[in-house]
Amino acid sequence: MSDIANNAHGASLLRAIGLLRESWIGMIGAGLISFWVLVALFAPLLAPHDPLAILQPFAKPGALHVGTGSTLWLGTDNLGRDILSRIIWGSRTVLIYAPLATFCAYAVGIFMGLAAGYHRGWWDMVLSRIGDIILSFPVLVLYIIVIATFGASGLNIVIAITFASAPGIMRLVRGLTLDLRNRDYVAASHTRGESAFFIMLVEILPNARGPLIVDACVRLGYVIITIGVLGFLGLGLPPPDPDWGGMVNEGRSMAMIFPHMTIIPCVAISSLVLGFNLLADGLREVSLRD
Amino acid sequence: MVIFVAKRLAFMVLTMVAVSILLFLILEISPGSVATKVLGPYATDEQKNIWLERHGYFEPLWYRYFAWAGNFLSGEFGLSHRFKVPVADILWPRLWNTAILGFWTFAFLIPVSLVLGVLAGMREGSKLDRTISIISVLTTSIPEFASAVFLSAIFVFGLNWLPGTSGMIKGFEFQQLILPALVLFLYDFGYVARMTRASMAEVMTTPYIRTAVLKGLPYRLVILKHALRNALIAPFTVIMLQLNWLLSGVIVVEFFFAYKGFGALLLEASLNQDIFVIEACAMVAVFVAVATQTLADIGYTYLNPRIQFV
Repeated sequence: MSDIANNAHGASLLRAIGLLRESWIGMIGAGLISFWVLVALFAPLLAPHDPLAILQPFAKPGALHVGTGSTLWLGTDNLGRDILSRIIWGSRTVLIYAPLATFCAYAVGIFMGLAAGYHRGWWDMVLSRIGDIILSFPVLVLYIIVIATFGASGLNIVIAITFASAPGIMRLVRGLTLDLRNRDYVAASHTRGESAFFIMLVEILPNARGPLIVDACVRLGYVIITIGVLGFLGLGLPPPDPDWGGMVNEGRSMAMIFPHMTIIPCVAISSLVLGFNLLADGLREVSLRD
Repeated sequence: MVIFVAKRLAFMVLTMVAVSILLFLILEISPGSVATKVLGPYATDEQKNIWLERHGYFEPLWYRYFAWAGNFLSGEFGLSHRFKVPVADILWPRLWNTAILGFWTFAFLIPVSLVLGVLAGMREGSKLDRTISIISVLTTSIPEFASAVFLSAIFVFGLNWLPGTSGMIKGFEFQQLILPALVLFLYDFGYVARMTRASMAEVMTTPYIRTAVLKGLPYRLVILKHALRNALIAPFTVIMLQLNWLLSGVIVVEFFFAYKGFGALLLEASLNQDIFVIEACAMVAVFVAVATQTLADIGYTYLNPRIQFV
């Protein structure tokens, strides 16, 4: 029984990926994301220099390294660190923290949403009000207060993003659950005597996955922007580890003479976010088709 | 309707109370750290104790909260230890500057995104629709600081058309407002345009539009008289809620262009642990956000008679 169900799920997922080939927007998105994922995975092989090594300051893109004569394809920053290597290693920072923070937000948001939508009544009242209060903060104001109070570190960034995004996910899951809880298979499972926990996780959640996957793509894009913005505002990961937002902040004061220091990390972050948004658009288009 | 409005207002007050408790707990739960922030890291324990005693920090927590909230309501925000002036003296002018920036952003955002959204939604799947959709995905994917970098590279360093900072040192200059407003416009434009497009596209598939077309009404009239009225209800809410996003956006943009506004003040206060300024800014920001949310809710029910007053 469960084997058949699993096969059906697997098949539909494969079908969705197959269908994605028909949406060129989705394919471009998937391509951009795979590019950065590969860059992050093979960072040690791809980066020509150590991202923290000081080579020669203020080299323009394409300049030659004085010592070895090798080309510095994207130039160096004010401290003389190779920008190409920092971009490559920086992709790891983004692609570790953004999915991690999104995953944590989803874990919290899904549980809150399932509980509010399935139990309704008091659970719903309390959880929805808490969500409303958190959502009434302008997001960046909330991040700045939390991070300025508790300090800037990877863990705190993940906690702040979870705290601020979970209510939005909760609203979505709650809405889907309110719809799904009246289905026959939920009633059947209830009659079988399954626990509420089982029904929520095994019966309701898998059937709500479509809108959740699209939302996750969009949200990942926002989280990448958020991490970039925090880095840009000087509230991101502490230096010297490469971080795209932080690189923009460091190069900002010299943007007039050395625009490459800020433009390159901006292109990197924009292309990654664009990838997730295009993929979300493609998935939405494909899922509406059938 | 009166009961509905009263309920929304009561809910707004409750939200503000809850938010203020949350803020108070985050920022003032430990008096010791407040004293360190106000007096600096080199203050001795004795100095801190004198300061805490004088400012009533040895009272119980609930008492401190009510005193704090009471001061807020009467406009007493405390003293900024970074700027050495009462918080209110810097907060209001800064807020005014941000209001000017926000006004010009919306002055462009609303007409442009509504017109483009309606045009795209009118003929779903047309070339114009695809183009507008792609442009809006592109602009929402570029974070504010990145588009600020790109636009400065083009208009400031490349073409030399616009000033690169917006400090307004020699008094107000409209030129300095263009880039910050443009950056905010670009980031928010895509979302509003997409929402308008979705709403318009939905209305275009309804039976009453089909009827209007089939009975031979000119297409212009179908759009202007029948479609737009219903299609623009949803974007109204979206635009009102966009103010909440704008409050986040101004922090980045004002920091980038050195514009002396509210967002830059909040950031500077946070980086310097100027606790009373942080509290005042956060409360004002949340108040603006909650107030517009309430207005959006009330306006939505007013515009859409199908919604029941509950």
